Amino acid sequence: MTGKFETHEHDVLIIGAGGAGLRAAVEALNQGASVGVVCKSLLGKAHTVMAEGGIAAAMGNVDAADNWKTHFRDTMRGGKLLNNWRMAQLHAQEAPNAVRELEQWGALFDRTESGDIMQRAFGGHTFKRLCHVGDRTGLEIIRTLQDRGVHLGIDVYMECTVTRLLLDGGRIAGAFGYWREQGRFVVFKAKSVVIATGGVGKAWKITSNSWEYTGDGMALAYEAGAELMDLEFVQFHPTGMVWPPGVQGILVTEAVRGEGGILRNKLGERFMEKYDPKKLELSTRDVVARSIYTEVREGRGTEHGGAYLDISHKPAEYVKRKLPGMYHQFKELADVDITKQPMEVGPTCHYSMGGIRVDADTAESTIPGLFAAGEAAAGLHGANRLGGNSLSDLLVFGRRAGLAAAAHAKKTPAPVIDPKQVEDAEQEMLAPFSHTGGPSPYEIHRELQDTLQSLVGIFRNEEDLKRALAEIQRFKEHAANVSVEGSRLFNPGWHLARDLKSMLTIAEAVTRCALERKESRGAHSRIDFPEYDAAWAKKNNIIVWDGAGMALRQRPVPEMPEELKQILAEDK
Amino acid sequence: MAEAVLAVYRGDRESGKPVEYKVPLAPGMVVLDALHYIQGHLAPDLAVRWNCKAGRCGSCSAEVNGRPRLTCKTRMDSLPLDSPVTISPLRAFPVIKDLVTDVSWNYEVNRKIPAFTPRPGVQWKMLQEDVDRPQEFRKCIECFLCQNVCHVLRDHGKHAEYGGPRFFVRVAGLEMHPLDGLSRTKLLKEQLGLGLCNITKCCTEVCPESIHITDNAIIPLKERIVDQYYDPLFWIVRKIRKPGESTRT
Repeated sequence: MTGKFETHEHDVLIIGAGGAGLRAAVEALNQGASVGVVCKSLLGKAHTVMAEGGIAAAMGNVDAADNWKTHFRDTMRGGKLLNNWRMAQLHAQEAPNAVRELEQWGALFDRTESGDIMQRAFGGHTFKRLCHVGDRTGLEIIRTLQDRGVHLGIDVYMECTVTRLLLDGGRIAGAFGYWREQGRFVVFKAKSVVIATGGVGKAWKITSNSWEYTGDGMALAYEAGAELMDLEFVQFHPTGMVWPPGVQGILVTEAVRGEGGILRNKLGERFMEKYDPKKLELSTRDVVARSIYTEVREGRGTEHGGAYLDISHKPAEYVKRKLPGMYHQFKELADVDITKQPMEVGPTCHYSMGGIRVDADTAESTIPGLFAAGEAAAGLHGANRLGGNSLSDLLVFGRRAGLAAAAHAKKTPAPVIDPKQVEDAEQEMLAPFSHTGGPSPYEIHRELQDTLQSLVGIFRNEEDLKRALAEIQRFKEHAANVSVEGSRLFNPGWHLARDLKSMLTIAEAVTRCALERKESRGAHSRIDFPEYDAAWAKKNNIIVWDGAGMALRQRPVPEMPEELKQILAEDK
Repeated sequence: MAEAVLAVYRGDRESGKPVEYKVPLAPGMVVLDALHYIQGHLAPDLAVRWNCKAGRCGSCSAEVNGRPRLTCKTRMDSLPLDSPVTISPLRAFPVIKDLVTDVSWNYEVNRKIPAFTPRPGVQWKMLQEDVDRPQEFRKCIECFLCQNVCHVLRDHGKHAEYGGPRFFVRVAGLEMHPLDGLSRTKLLKEQLGLGLCNITKCCTEVCPESIHITDNAIIPLKERIVDQYYDPLFWIVRKIRKPGESTRT
């Protein structure tokens, strides 16, 4: 049966070629595994290129007092203690070495005067901790990993979308997908699968995310029976561009604030003095995003509904050297010279803290042989992610996922592909061509984006969330009848029809979790429950397919060992 | 509301032609926004590559009124709108469909370039002034506009014997890395055909990252080849040295 399709076999199949996927691939190759990487875009274009500000690692190159304990504490406090403590510990301990490894593979970070890797300040980090390359750190990381992988003999299946995970009994057997170019179907047989597909930000209207961020990996894992966790925590980056409308949502790196940028409202007030007088602009992202949003809501926003972010008090040459991308971005897209004028900024959907629930040490999900790393996985960031922690997350847990996936493949016999699963996957993909007169996938996507933007945004309440849930239900019914024009040859409308399914699944999960969590914590703000709730501090929300529908339950937050509790209690 | 007309190339490997679409204009709109409007309202199967929409990933390259551009950084208000704006795929690569071309050749060239190889026993210390130069080359977002506009590829189709500006920039980044210990001069001369470049600077003109491709990457690399292969003094040095030993200068 599978003979009908082009089939590829690997020890380890990695879905997603951003930082996490490529770091996993490099590690699995180091272990001698045969590795395939599937990605929806061309290699080297993943969202990691958009990570601008830097990578957090307690190297102590600029502030000698920095160490993993402080990084651990900052991460746990930033995540409002909902983080998996073991992940936060491993992350803080292993990040410096992960950065050194990159350097040894050819990455060129900015330098201190003594020739070490330069580090800059960022929101929520006690010390100057972010290793960076101007404001294009993500590009440096992805290019370094890409070249490393290519030279180790990685097989890359570019512009290929996975639409279903295949199971052999309870364990992973591979994946089914299609080539975006010709629309031909393809079967991957693998002993281990690593999901590194990123987040779901494209389900919101104002977003920094590209078309790829449709929650595919999370939805695939959920459909295969894995547990998802804490999806209500969606990070709104405080500073996206707000004007002109064509550029709405495009990221303005936190490095602008890290380098001394000041936020003001239309009255000229430095409003962060009200919300976090100690850390001001370098407060955590959830606090800054809510502060800007509050200023706008109370009538003190800028002309186009944002806040002013000003770096023009710094020397023009310094701004151009430290933030060259931002300088050009504003000049070309908004006619603003940031060395002379303030930028107009506002919150933009940016990152999913929630995702697939994984074991801290191995990155394995609840399905044997299925691993997840990076934004697709949950746990490290808790209720709110600190800037710079995503790039270190990719490297630390990408490496661990690759290591464990290769080890799993070594001890596992070859799986058997079930022809029935492949057939179902094929039928699902062909269905939209047989519908006529159905809704357009673009139309449903626009409606979904509007709904999440207005009802599942920065501030939430029960009424809105219930309405959102009803809307999502309606969109799901429409999506089932979606029709597609044209042929299977590179057909974006058809591609969106499938991506829409993932977005709707994860949008529903986010909304259900948000409705359930009756408190405000980190990125999740309930107007009807504005306070912390001690009981909710001890629970993670879990989403799982129960055979009939989407079920929500809770798991206790793992208890932290005594020595980490002590670290957490210390001040600096 | 003001409108613009876009004449977008529609077709596949076999045949194709420009098709006109009317698009409403909005302030600050870029060509990629107009293409998305067409996809969302007029032609759902219009094939376009894009990712970041912020000039950082290099996916949305096309020819706008005949000029190679990133469509996400080309403002509609920078174009004359009294006649249709033509949008066509990169010419140096085969069309797959509409604006999407087959750029896989570039990935094959990349595989030929030996990776960063640190000198043995190296201390991992570098000064900013020493990394400034290779950092310029590492800004490359692989939009392939320089490849598209290079006449060696575009007009003469010498893909088999030539690497193109993108990969000269990439090699320059490695060669000028302060801690790299490998020489790629032979590769540049014999496999990547650097000699075919006759310095017309077209690549530098279209680079959205403003990399000085010709002056800072290609010319210094050409000088290395001249030093190593055509300078009599270096020729003698090479004869004396053991084969395989680095002749890095």
